[in-house]
Amino acid sequence: MTAIHVENLTKRFGNFTAVDAISFDIKKGEIFGLLGPNGAGKTTTISMLSTLLEPTSGKARVNGIDIQKDQDGVRKSIGIVFQDQSLDEELTAWENMDFHGRLYRIPKEIREERITDLLHLVELEDRKESLVKTFSGGMRRRLEIARGLLHEPSVLFLDEPTLGLDPQTRNHLWEYILTLNQTKGITIILTTHYMDEADRLCGRIAIIDQGKIIAMDTPDELKDRVGGDVVTVSSPDSERIAAEISAPWIFGAEQHDGQVTIRLQSAEEHITELIRLFGERGYAIASVSIHKPTLEDVFLHYTGKTIREDEAGATDRIRMRMMGRRH
Amino acid sequence: MDIVYTLWLRSVKRYVRSKSRIVGSLGMPVFFLLALGFGLNSVVQIPGGGGEDYLQFLVPGIIAMSVLFTSVFSGIQIIWDKQFGFLKETLVAPVSRLEIMLGQTLGGATTAVIQGAFILILSLFIGLKLTTITGFVIAFLFMTLIGICFAAFGIAIASKMEDMHGFQLIMNFVVFPIFGLSGALFPIESLPEWVIPLTLIDPLTYGVEGIRYGLLGTSAIHPLVCLAALGASTVVMIVVGALLFRKASI
Repeated sequence: MTAIHVENLTKRFGNFTAVDAISFDIKKGEIFGLLGPNGAGKTTTISMLSTLLEPTSGKARVNGIDIQKDQDGVRKSIGIVFQDQSLDEELTAWENMDFHGRLYRIPKEIREERITDLLHLVELEDRKESLVKTFSGGMRRRLEIARGLLHEPSVLFLDEPTLGLDPQTRNHLWEYILTLNQTKGITIILTTHYMDEADRLCGRIAIIDQGKIIAMDTPDELKDRVGGDVVTVSSPDSERIAAEISAPWIFGAEQHDGQVTIRLQSAEEHITELIRLFGERGYAIASVSIHKPTLEDVFLHYTGKTIREDEAGATDRIRMRMMGRRH
Repeated sequence: MDIVYTLWLRSVKRYVRSKSRIVGSLGMPVFFLLALGFGLNSVVQIPGGGGEDYLQFLVPGIIAMSVLFTSVFSGIQIIWDKQFGFLKETLVAPVSRLEIMLGQTLGGATTAVIQGAFILILSLFIGLKLTTITGFVIAFLFMTLIGICFAAFGIAIASKMEDMHGFQLIMNFVVFPIFGLSGALFPIESLPEWVIPLTLIDPLTYGVEGIRYGLLGTSAIHPLVCLAALGASTVVMIVVGALLFRKASI
């Protein structure tokens, strides 16, 4: 069964294409991740799927409901946790939940029962009478997730669920998300620019960059596609190494901020030979490390840059657009 | 209706909790009432009036002022909701924007009428003599209409604004002129002739005169005319507010 079907979905702002003809299908009960740098079009995609933004072209169905033809139908069947906080700080945790329950027209008794259960689930029951402005970032996030579940949606959107949280709280939230998915069978679509988060949570990942999906598969498959192992070399000669290094067991090499990432077959076997090659050619080497490919390597492989470099690029693009507007 | 009630309930809860705002927004009307009322009472003679003194004359104007400022402000508050992200929570719910807008308007109007009532009660202690219960009810009717009219007006403005930067501009160039032209501080007949048409297109004028009729039993404009004019303005504001809010982006 398909929970979300997306076909050539496109969003343009003026002549800037934020989302460029993306297509994908998400099965019921899946945790699906949109992974990419800031400004890649993740939030725009979520906004379109949750009916907050009209697509420029293309089609999408959520739970079989067309996002343009029946907005209310879509809204009833989804829960969403936005990237930016969307709680009323002047209300208590309970009141925020109650407000949400009333908006979704949940009858009083069911509403109260569910609020109690959900606040228990996210361990906020003893703080239910406290104003949200006294809450920490992690508590707010948990409350927002609880709120998103109140009307029992079959699809939950999480836009950068752990952005700006400390590692301990992140781990805690990941546990919640996995439990939710397993016990309630809720389909979850989340966006993130944290590689470890995508790796830990998602059954499948779509890597998105500059509005396009450039790869989509399970994390393991994606890593396998990079192939074999990865050797990362720090060197002042990194550009030369990336351009010149070659051997039958080397699949490829990419240079990025003073480092070369070399993809190769069985690194343990070939590392001595690799070091010998470096020596013969006279490269200066600062350090060498061997590891299995991570999603970071996958991103580098498909885009030719690391996600951090790309973020800087995105910021520049946005700045350019702002400058453009001012003139 | 339950959605409108939900939004209304939130506004009222927030209002009751913000003690500092309640006191703060009473400050200016009370200052006007005391400074102008007592300061000018012995100097100013209301022409052609039934002998009421200036303080009596001023009270309805200051009540209207209090309702006006509170309601516009509460309408404009949806900009805060926009900035703090809460508006998204309401807009992504399966409810119509009209319901959201109406709930916000009625919530704002309620808090505005409460603020006006504070001034009314205070005035009883400094010399306002109440004529009849009916008059009291009439005054509240007009206060309610002013509240709804200008809360909707605030929402209309907020729908067009990106952030709070324009707030000062709106206060100085829109809300103060509405107040100043309304005849809250002086009888409209005593204005220069070319200003009178301006006062007559100001919805607040009818509100002030309506309250004045209720509390003092006299008014420069017939109370039914006031009711019709203010009522019509309120309907127009709600329609405009609803249309602009429907188009507002997040």
